[in-house]
Amino acid sequence: MTLRAAWLATGALACAVASAQNSGEARRSGFDTMSPRIQAMQRDDQQNPGMLWVADGEVLWNKIFGISFSCASCHGDAKKSMRGVAAHYPDWDPIEKKPVDLTQRINLCRTRHQLVLPLPPESEEMLGLEAYVANQSRGLPLAPSTAPELTAARERGRQLYEQRIGQLNLSCALCHDKLPGHVLAGATIPQGHVNGYPTYRLEWQGLGSLQRPRRLPVLGAGEQHDRRALRVERRAGARHERVARISSSAATAQGVCRVLITRIS
Amino acid sequence: MARTLIHAPKSARKGEVMEIRTLIAHPMETGYRAGADGRTLPRDIIRRFSCRYNGEVVFSADLYPAISANPYLAFNVVAEASGSMSFTWEGDNGFAQTESATLTVT
Repeated sequence: MTLRAAWLATGALACAVASAQNSGEARRSGFDTMSPRIQAMQRDDQQNPGMLWVADGEVLWNKIFGISFSCASCHGDAKKSMRGVAAHYPDWDPIEKKPVDLTQRINLCRTRHQLVLPLPPESEEMLGLEAYVANQSRGLPLAPSTAPELTAARERGRQLYEQRIGQLNLSCALCHDKLPGHVLAGATIPQGHVNGYPTYRLEWQGLGSLQRPRRLPVLGAGEQHDRRALRVERRAGARHERVARISSSAATAQGVCRVLITRIS
Repeated sequence: MARTLIHAPKSARKGEVMEIRTLIAHPMETGYRAGADGRTLPRDIIRRFSCRYNGEVVFSADLYPAISANPYLAFNVVAEASGSMSFTWEGDNGFAQTESATLTVT
C-alpha cells in the first residue's frame, strides 16, 4: 500500500521551514511521510523512474524547434540558467498580465520566441521539459514569487482552498491543513505543499504535473472526478487562481468519505 | 527507442561483486485493463531481459503482466575479465532493445 501511494519527485524542492498556515506545525514535505524504501528510491537517480523523463527533457532542451531556436539557444546550460527557477513558479507574466505556472511559461516561450505551437499540458514532451527544468532546482527551498500583482490571485486561491465544494462538501484545507499526518484510506494525508512536481507516482505508473492530483482524488479510491467541484471551479473562472495554495483535490469517492467521517467523529 | 538508465561500474577488481541496476521506459500494459472506450487494451509488455558479459548470459529474467511500468531490475555480477556487458529487453510487438557498457577489470 505504501508503494502504491508513493510519489517520486524529480524536482524534489525542499520545503521551506516555517510554520504551516493553520496547523501551527512546521512545514513538512510529503517526502517525510514516505517509507524509507521509497525515499531511497527517490534519492537514487538510477531507481527513480521520473529520471527517464528528466533525460528526455534534456534532449528536448537542446533540440531545435521551429526555425532555429532550441531552449538552449537562449537559456544556455540549464544546469546553470535554470537553477532555482522552478522554485518561484507560479509567477506573474507582465505581457499576458496573468499568473503563469511552469507549463504555461514553457509554452509562452515556445509561442513567443521559438514560434512553434504550444505543447499540450500533461503531454510526454511537456512533462519531460518541465521535469528537466524542475530538476535543476532540486534541494532548493520553495521561493514563491514576490510580484505584487499576484496578491489578488493568491487571495482567490486561498478562498478556493478553504471553500467547501462538491458532493462531499469538503475543502482542500479540511484535510491538508487540519488533518495532515492522519491516515485516510491507507494513504497519509500530506500538508498541501507543491514541492516536487512534476512527480512520478507509482500508482499512476507515470509522471504527472501538479494539475493531475488536483483534478483527481488521491486517496486510492480510483480516478473518479467530483464533477461538481470541477463545475464550481470553472464557473469561478478559477483556471489561473491555482496560483496560491494548490493542493490535492478534496474531491473523493463516497466510500472514502465515510471513512473520513468515521475517523473525525 | 525506449529511454534506459543503466548503472554499471566502469572498472572493478577481479573477483569483486558488482551491482548492476537497469531501468527502462516501457508501459507494461497488462492486457487486462479496459481503455476509455471500454475495450480491452492489447497486451504490451517486456517478456524477457538478459544481461550478457563478454557474450555469456550471466543474468536473465522473464517478466509478466504484473510487473509495473518502467521496470527496474538490479542484480549482482562477479567481475572476471575486462570486456563488455550488453543488456537486452525483448517484448510484445517486436520490442527489442540492446544497450551496452564497457568494463575494465584490474
